[in-house]
Amino acid sequence: MNLTLEHVTGGYGSRTVVDDVSFTLHPGEVVCLLGANGCGKTTLFKMILCLLRPRLGCVSLGDEKIADWSRSRLARSFGYVPQMHIPPFAFEVREIVLMARAAHLAPFASPGKEDRRIADEALDYLGILHLASARYTEISGGERQLVLIARALAQQAQWLILDEPAANLDLGNQIKVFRAIGELAKTGLGVLMTTHVPDHAFMYASRVVLMSEGRVLALDTPAKALTEAMLLKAYGVPFSVVEIGAQQGIKSGIRIVVPNQL
Amino acid sequence: MATVHNPDKTMDYRKPHRLQSGKTLALLSLLLVVVALGSSAIGSYPISPHDWWSVLSAHSTGGTAEIVLLQIRLPRLFACILVGSGLALAGASYQGLFNNPMVSPDILGASAGAGLGAALGILMGLDFVAIQALSFTGGLVAVLLAWALASGLCRRGDPVLMLVLVGILIGSMFTALISLTKYIADPLNKLPAITFWLLGSFASITPKDIWFAGIPIAAGCIPLLLLRWRLNVLCMGEQEARTLGMNTRAMRFTVIVCATLITAASVSICGMVGWIGLVVPHLARMVVGPNHKYLLPAAAIMGGCFLLLVDDVARTAGALEIPVGILTALIGAPFFLFLLMRERRHKS
Repeated sequence: MNLTLEHVTGGYGSRTVVDDVSFTLHPGEVVCLLGANGCGKTTLFKMILCLLRPRLGCVSLGDEKIADWSRSRLARSFGYVPQMHIPPFAFEVREIVLMARAAHLAPFASPGKEDRRIADEALDYLGILHLASARYTEISGGERQLVLIARALAQQAQWLILDEPAANLDLGNQIKVFRAIGELAKTGLGVLMTTHVPDHAFMYASRVVLMSEGRVLALDTPAKALTEAMLLKAYGVPFSVVEIGAQQGIKSGIRIVVPNQL
Repeated sequence: MATVHNPDKTMDYRKPHRLQSGKTLALLSLLLVVVALGSSAIGSYPISPHDWWSVLSAHSTGGTAEIVLLQIRLPRLFACILVGSGLALAGASYQGLFNNPMVSPDILGASAGAGLGAALGILMGLDFVAIQALSFTGGLVAVLLAWALASGLCRRGDPVLMLVLVGILIGSMFTALISLTKYIADPLNKLPAITFWLLGSFASITPKDIWFAGIPIAAGCIPLLLLRWRLNVLCMGEQEARTLGMNTRAMRFTVIVCATLITAASVSICGMVGWIGLVVPHLARMVVGPNHKYLLPAAAIMGGCFLLLVDDVARTAGALEIPVGILTALIGAPFFLFLLMRERRHKS
């Protein structure tokens, strides 16, 4: 089902952080949300996830407005991957992933065999099943990030909303995670994620939402949205977009962004 | 993509499994039975196995042993188990709810409110049942006040932080009111009564008290036990728990109502017995891990054991009975320090 934002406006108190944002995303897409710090990416996420009520406008899934959906219905529709943090209690990795099943279980129930199978499958999908019994507080930051993505998968939602999924990952794990996200999109999941690296958008996004000061600056394919002019507007620093020619082992036509001045 | 690297690592990370956690709980229950039976035997009037047998075999002799066992010893043991289990369970739930291992069940002012209720009851010269009822009500009122104020103040921002801050304020305000009550109480009979009552003791427990406190404590414990797995999700923090499908406000309200029923009922029959709700959950976490599915039952069982043992000391250590509240603080504080040091050593 399409995710539609219509004139979404909101913020904290009297301060407007997101101003009149409208777009429609389709299942199967990988959409990257880019923009400078404080441009409203996180606030927009909060309004999509109904953590913050928009002052104006609405978010809908299909034809239905989601503003009054129950938390469990929302969680069955949106799997959210937050930026990783460390909880005060040393849960096992599998216990963390099983929390995704809360939206599928009755209030007094706890996860059963089938839920554990789903959790292990999600861990296996990301190649971290061997961490299932490790303590979440004792694994590396990158591994924790992968666990949170596994948890979002175990939520079995139609949409994945990821807040900088690559922020704590090494180069290899970044590629693994983006590939996994791409594969998931091919199975029909919709993906919306923030990133600070335009290269990631060039490599893995089907579309890009570029934000600046709470407004949408561009919404298009990466090649059309992330032009040098747009990047200057969004980040206030001149960049060049360089196309890498076909070399051995590299797909031709990959673009990367480099700063004009070092 | 779906490859598992380092399959041999699997064994290194094996931690107590589900079944083992179940077994641990069974062993702990057995321990509770043993401690309870042992506690029933010792005291100023020792009960021999033979006395137990004559009571159990229903040959009512009306002897001293039977009266001591049925009218004094057993009600007291039951009260210890009820209060110890209840407070530990409430403490473990609060530590999950507030996402903070330093929280105890009186964080929102339940104990201070119940203490004030009892102090006022004694000051007004009410009879014992009325004092208990007033104490119970006082605990509920304090927490309701904290909840209402926090909800009113917190339109945005972190509702949990606001609740804790308001709770601490209410608690200290009620504590000041207790002091005021003591100050104006008759220093010859009422002041000692209030002071002794606030110290906490199981010395005057009657079978009737078991019913009075047992019903609210059970009413608080059962929903907490039913909802216990969901407390795990709350440990991820307010916003994340909501994105995982939790109605955090409803959950918070339920947990607070249940824990307050337990705490207020406990204080109303035995006064302020501190530290159990803070220390025992830590002890339980060391045994079964942080998963609330096992943590809550383990904390409840261990809380019962802990208070039985402390009350055994209170009854038998001196010629004069020591108020149990003093002992839980004397034992609890150093014990907590020991746990913290152990945890730190474990980490490094």
